[in-house]
Amino acid sequence: MNNAISINHLTKRYGRLTALDRVTFSVPEGCMLGLIGPDGAGKTTLYQILTTLLNPDEGSATVVGLDVVNDYRKLRTQIGYMPERFSLYPDLTVSENLQFFASLFGVDVKDNYDLIAPIFNQLKKFPNRKARALSGGMKQKLALSCALIHRPKVLLLDEPTTGVDAVSRSEFWDMLATLKAKGITILVSTSYMDEAEQCERIALINKGKILGVDTPKNLVERLDSNIYKASAVEMYPLLNALRGYPGVNDCYTFGTTLHVVADDGFDPDAAIDKLRGNGLTDVRICQAKGNIEDLFIKLAKDDG
Amino acid sequence: MMDKDTVISVKDLTKKFGNFTAVNNITLQVRRGEIFGFLGANGAGKTTAMRMLCGLSYPTSGSGTVAGYDISRDAEEIKRHIGYMSQKFSLYENLTVWENLNLFATIYGMPSIKIREEIDKAFETLGMKDLRNVLVKEIPLGWKQKLAFTAATLHVPDIVFLDEPTGGVDPATRRKFWEMIYRASSDGMTIFITTHYLDEAEYCHRISIMVDGTIKALDSPEGLKQKYHADTMDEVFRIVAKDAQRFD
Amino acid sequence: MSIFQSLIKKEVLHLVRDIRTIIIVLVMPVVLLLLFGFAISTEVNDVRLVVMTDQHTDETREIIERFRTNSYFTFEGIVSHDEAEDLLRKGEADAAVMFRTEDGKLRHQVIVDASNTNMAQTSAAYIESVINNSTSGIPIVTSTLYNPQLKSAYNFVPGIMGMIFILICAMMTSVSIVSEKETGTMNLLLVSPVRPWTIILGKLVPYFMLSCIILTLMLVLSYTMLGIPFSASVINVVWVTVLYIVLALALGLLVSTIAATQVSALLVSGVMFMIPVVMLSGMIFPIENMPLVLQWLSCIIPARWYISAMRVLMIQQLPIGYVLTEVIVLSCMTMGVLILAIKKFNAKK
Repeated sequence: MNNAISINHLTKRYGRLTALDRVTFSVPEGCMLGLIGPDGAGKTTLYQILTTLLNPDEGSATVVGLDVVNDYRKLRTQIGYMPERFSLYPDLTVSENLQFFASLFGVDVKDNYDLIAPIFNQLKKFPNRKARALSGGMKQKLALSCALIHRPKVLLLDEPTTGVDAVSRSEFWDMLATLKAKGITILVSTSYMDEAEQCERIALINKGKILGVDTPKNLVERLDSNIYKASAVEMYPLLNALRGYPGVNDCYTFGTTLHVVADDGFDPDAAIDKLRGNGLTDVRICQAKGNIEDLFIKLAKDDG
Repeated sequence: MMDKDTVISVKDLTKKFGNFTAVNNITLQVRRGEIFGFLGANGAGKTTAMRMLCGLSYPTSGSGTVAGYDISRDAEEIKRHIGYMSQKFSLYENLTVWENLNLFATIYGMPSIKIREEIDKAFETLGMKDLRNVLVKEIPLGWKQKLAFTAATLHVPDIVFLDEPTGGVDPATRRKFWEMIYRASSDGMTIFITTHYLDEAEYCHRISIMVDGTIKALDSPEGLKQKYHADTMDEVFRIVAKDAQRFD
Repeated sequence: MSIFQSLIKKEVLHLVRDIRTIIIVLVMPVVLLLLFGFAISTEVNDVRLVVMTDQHTDETREIIERFRTNSYFTFEGIVSHDEAEDLLRKGEADAAVMFRTEDGKLRHQVIVDASNTNMAQTSAAYIESVINNSTSGIPIVTSTLYNPQLKSAYNFVPGIMGMIFILICAMMTSVSIVSEKETGTMNLLLVSPVRPWTIILGKLVPYFMLSCIILTLMLVLSYTMLGIPFSASVINVVWVTVLYIVLALALGLLVSTIAATQVSALLVSGVMFMIPVVMLSGMIFPIENMPLVLQWLSCIIPARWYISAMRVLMIQQLPIGYVLTEVIVLSCMTMGVLILAIKKFNAKK
């Protein structure tokens, strides 16, 4: 299978700060790859290089076989980009925005309407509403429609769901699945781990370095197995107590429970007894299965 | 009706803009030390409701008290007894960490001796001593967030309102932030928070979900999950917000 | 529709939807023009004058008579020393003339209220000339060319035009480009196949058209209400102004490449353009009276050259050959700024 995006030893420096450090990975055609990493990991810089807004200091990258430095003009017609904040003209209406972006690429809205129809359907009800008067979820749909109107082969989405409510988010991911099914390659970054799990593959990035690219399942399997779930009536005291407990490497909130990452010798039952002795009530600790979120926290901690 | 431990109590609060009802008859009570999650879809009216509770906007009808003060009559007093932090981390980028904290404490009328003590204490707990004289624009996002929270709570308000404080922040940083919330809550501060991360909703003591201007659900996360036969808050939210009509 | 057309259409929509800015932009020039043309005047009119004299002679009587009949003065009467001082202090008189006869010769002293220095200088000089007219044997005949009534409108119209175009072109272009940077739409334009040149032109052309509308408006006002004499030189006025507009647009583009936020764009264009234009262009303070350093500094202010060209073309109505230096300087500036701005705009980080 061909690679839609291939990135080779890409390096970008801002003064003393190395935003990207010999980043190397590739995205096969038709794949949805999630780019996961803490804030400041270099995700946005990577997007800016792939969209030809920035030139790399070293290394190279190609998108649909076109070099980001040498073939940038041709490349621009092949990609759809949604920046971190939805970039639309707030004082233009829904249809004016769409038409404008279509004309930038020299296409007519009608030509590619079939591609955006499922997304644009909800917006069709108010074509004359100004973009600034749309809700977060609606703005996001319009921004995606604008990014798709020239039928790009590769979609580059930089944190497209930030500040959007849960319902709109899941709708958005349904749409991405539809687009993927149509053969569009998608590179998406997100800070929602439930979204990351919906990607075919995940690239973990931190401090400008790629730490691993694999399927979510394989990545989670690489995690330490010693993860425990802990709960008690008094959660915050429990968190503090477990942090100081011998053999515990890390402890953090996880939904209604706490997750405890411990050494091999950790004995949950002994810990329960000890914590009860400290005056905590209804203490429970049991083995748990880690997921991407645990992986992420480990990653951020190792380098943070 | 209202005991000492109720810090927010509003009844039939309504806000209309022309013939658009942004907030429709909401009634809720929040206890001292509670972490109250105020959820809702984009455009459900959360921000409008929160503005009324903060004394920034008057209700069209309905009544209520926040920190013991009437929201229609004593808006100025309310502002003195609450803290507020928004998604934009309203800090002054060109002032140092210390100058920012000092400024906000001064705005809330803290005596200068107390300010110095409290700031030193805050630096100690946050482990931020080294950043004392660094410009805010130069510190990482996670620190900014902690700093904004500290600035909003340095004057030890009864309630702190957090408007999407974790938007666009990665899971590791978000967790550190929630630990600050836990600590503040266990010290007796009331936390009123809006968020789109539903795993965070699980950390709250009680939750309300707003849909189209009204409160559709209000209970503890456990209670809500039982009521809607759901495993996670994410599912609960989807069930409750499914029928939302309003898009903006 | 071509890419360029749709860029223009978008910009026009931005302008039309922002009705407040449009009104300000169209009304401000008119108000400034009328304000400076009619209300604010540096002409000396109605100088209230009192006279002190120890001895009434034919000579003093004759001088007083001349003041009385002169339309620029209002003769308030003959008063005592104390009264004169009192009147000046209260602001009920603007000037006083004291006559003393020494050794049979009439001597005089002029006292002027100098709280407004400009006015004081002019009126003192005028008083002197009225008095001396009689004392010296030779009458002085002064005739003023081009602006016989010394109307201040003539002086200010070029100045206001120099200011308005810098303000509208430079400020509005830079703010509109920077606002796209702020919302992030500029990045979307840049990653599209549109050439940077097209993006730049798409920004400049609408503001150029807007400036042309304003130019028409100002010229119509100047030639009708302000009574500036109309002649064929208006063609020269138009094309030199167009050159100046292009320069101002290029400056706006340059600012937009430097400024990161709309506020800083406003401040940069305000501080870098407005203040020098007002202070150093010769619009208010004559360049010849400035310290040498400021005179040199004024050479890099485009408005200085434009205003001086406009004075020649609009007021003196001389042919274009008389403003060759100005036109050449402006053209060079335009080329320089435009090249620099486009280079900076295209630069990838």
